[in-house]
Amino acid sequence: MAEIHLIGRAASPGLAIGPVTRLTVAVARRTASEDPLQEAAALRVAIEGARAELAEQIKANQGEVADILEFQVAMLEDDTLADAAYGVISEGVAADHAWRLALDVEIADYRAAEDEYFRARAADLVDIRDRVLAHLSGVDTVARITSGSIVTADDITPSAFLTADWSHGGAIALAGGSPSSHVAMLARARGAPMVVGLGPLSETGPLPSLALVDGDAGVVVFDPEPETRRLFERRLAAASAAEAAADAGRLKPAFTADGRRIAVLLNVAGPEDLAGLDPAICDGIGLVRTEFLFETSRGLPDEDTQYAVYRRILDWADGRPVTIRTLDAGGDKPIAGLTVDGESNPFLGLRGIRLSLARPEVFRVQLRALLRAAVHGTLKVMLPMIAVPSELDRASAMLDAEFTALRTEGVACARPLLGIMVEVPAAALRAEDFRAAFYSIGSNDLTQYTMAAARDSGAVADLNDAGNPAVVALIARTVEAGRKRGVEVSLCGDAAADTRLSTALLATGLTTLSVSPIAVARLKAAIAKVGS
Amino acid sequence: MHDANANRAAQTFVPLTASAVLVNPVGLHARPSVKLTQCAKGFAAKIEIALAVDGPWTDAKSPVKVMRVKAPQGATLYFRVAGPDGKAALAAVLALVHDGFGEA
Repeated sequence: MAEIHLIGRAASPGLAIGPVTRLTVAVARRTASEDPLQEAAALRVAIEGARAELAEQIKANQGEVADILEFQVAMLEDDTLADAAYGVISEGVAADHAWRLALDVEIADYRAAEDEYFRARAADLVDIRDRVLAHLSGVDTVARITSGSIVTADDITPSAFLTADWSHGGAIALAGGSPSSHVAMLARARGAPMVVGLGPLSETGPLPSLALVDGDAGVVVFDPEPETRRLFERRLAAASAAEAAADAGRLKPAFTADGRRIAVLLNVAGPEDLAGLDPAICDGIGLVRTEFLFETSRGLPDEDTQYAVYRRILDWADGRPVTIRTLDAGGDKPIAGLTVDGESNPFLGLRGIRLSLARPEVFRVQLRALLRAAVHGTLKVMLPMIAVPSELDRASAMLDAEFTALRTEGVACARPLLGIMVEVPAAALRAEDFRAAFYSIGSNDLTQYTMAAARDSGAVADLNDAGNPAVVALIARTVEAGRKRGVEVSLCGDAAADTRLSTALLATGLTTLSVSPIAVARLKAAIAKVGS
Repeated sequence: MHDANANRAAQTFVPLTASAVLVNPVGLHARPSVKLTQCAKGFAAKIEIALAVDGPWTDAKSPVKVMRVKAPQGATLYFRVAGPDGKAALAAVLALVHDGFGEA
């Protein structure tokens, strides 16, 4: 049989090879009563049974899985969902048929949605439909997946995904589906490669015996030729070797091939990101975003609330340096009651340090909490969106004033080092003019401001390139200013985790990179190859 | 007579209206819909949402109906609230939207 090469959309990264199984749902038979009242009662019992079963599964799960199942429970608890079904039951239609009719209308409505995200919810509705049908017939119709196999189907429901153990390989190849589906989210979390949108797969012909799934490129090959298979297996072996090497190096300090020590720090959005992490994987925390503290419905956080969170992070770091960024609201991060609504260009508006200086009563609370937390470790504080030296000077004077005030009150406190984020080209060009205790390059904003290309616009994505020589030149200039002034320079944007840029970034003289915890192992492995 | 009573009852609580822009990444999808309906159910007031200032209005306590609205990111969500605890209800649902349903 000639190999079949299909191109779809990548929904979850990774490579997999395995036997093919076609996911089919058993159609359960049910003998209906002739009595509409009995049929309505049967449906009610089946819905409640499905709801209780899901509620039971939620208890055994958390995070994304629980969220996905909770959505299904909420839908089942809503009588609206079954309204149409009860309507036709009263006209003499059997419960299972009525339920299927009603849900299929709902599913068709989701599939017709303009927004891909809502289209992707169709799989959840199918899941709900089939679970209730299973309860109606008393037969388990949730399709089960054989672990380690390449599952092909038109689409797959979260319930079907959850029947398999994905820790021992396996992948998903779908004719339809969506990268925004709940199953795609689950696949990414469990490390199962997934490709969607392959187009119609033969449902009647002989089943291909073997498939290769490339979840990075979005390609699936059924019944590969020996040569195709050999090349794929070589890639697979290289990928697993790289992963194993990266994992092994995760806890070790990073060195380039020519022996340069590179500090690898973490970017975190809150203390939850550190749960279960061994501090030994990093040389400290390079960026703590504090926006999460302000994004609650309880209003702006008070000093004690902030202090408690900052202290938890410093305690986790166990003496390693921790850099906390003051509130960086505005731009793409609006905060109710604080940021300005309706700015025509929020990225060039009142955001970051500009907003903090405009709202000193809010900023002061954060500075006091930071001063108090500083006694519990090595704290550094950095100011976002600095463009001119006077912004740093004003913030520094406020920090000093609060430091004096706290000491006068007899409150334990320490003055942390105060540095700036370099993300506005003006600051990169004149970095040496700032009396900052350190520089931290925010490559995401620096790139978008230098290239005049928004990071959230697909149409100009090619211009939003942190590796552009103009951006790299601004980074190099900042590193040089730091060297002259004898202060540390680090880089904490997405560019730090982009291992294609590692050589170029380290060539500027940077010795400190800050990335999300998940990228640490990969970055350390990439650093080890630089200069070889 | 009946009509007069009905009118008086309805007038007891003048509907409150407000709007907010959906700032969370994917609009009023599964999890935000669940959060919104759970929040709405905590109040006695009748709470409705719409994508336009003059409706059509959708019951904010029904996740099935809220999902049918398919409100995308960036859409302006209008609220109409009537009931004894209407003020608190409106403040709560608005806070939820401003807050990006905790996932902004």
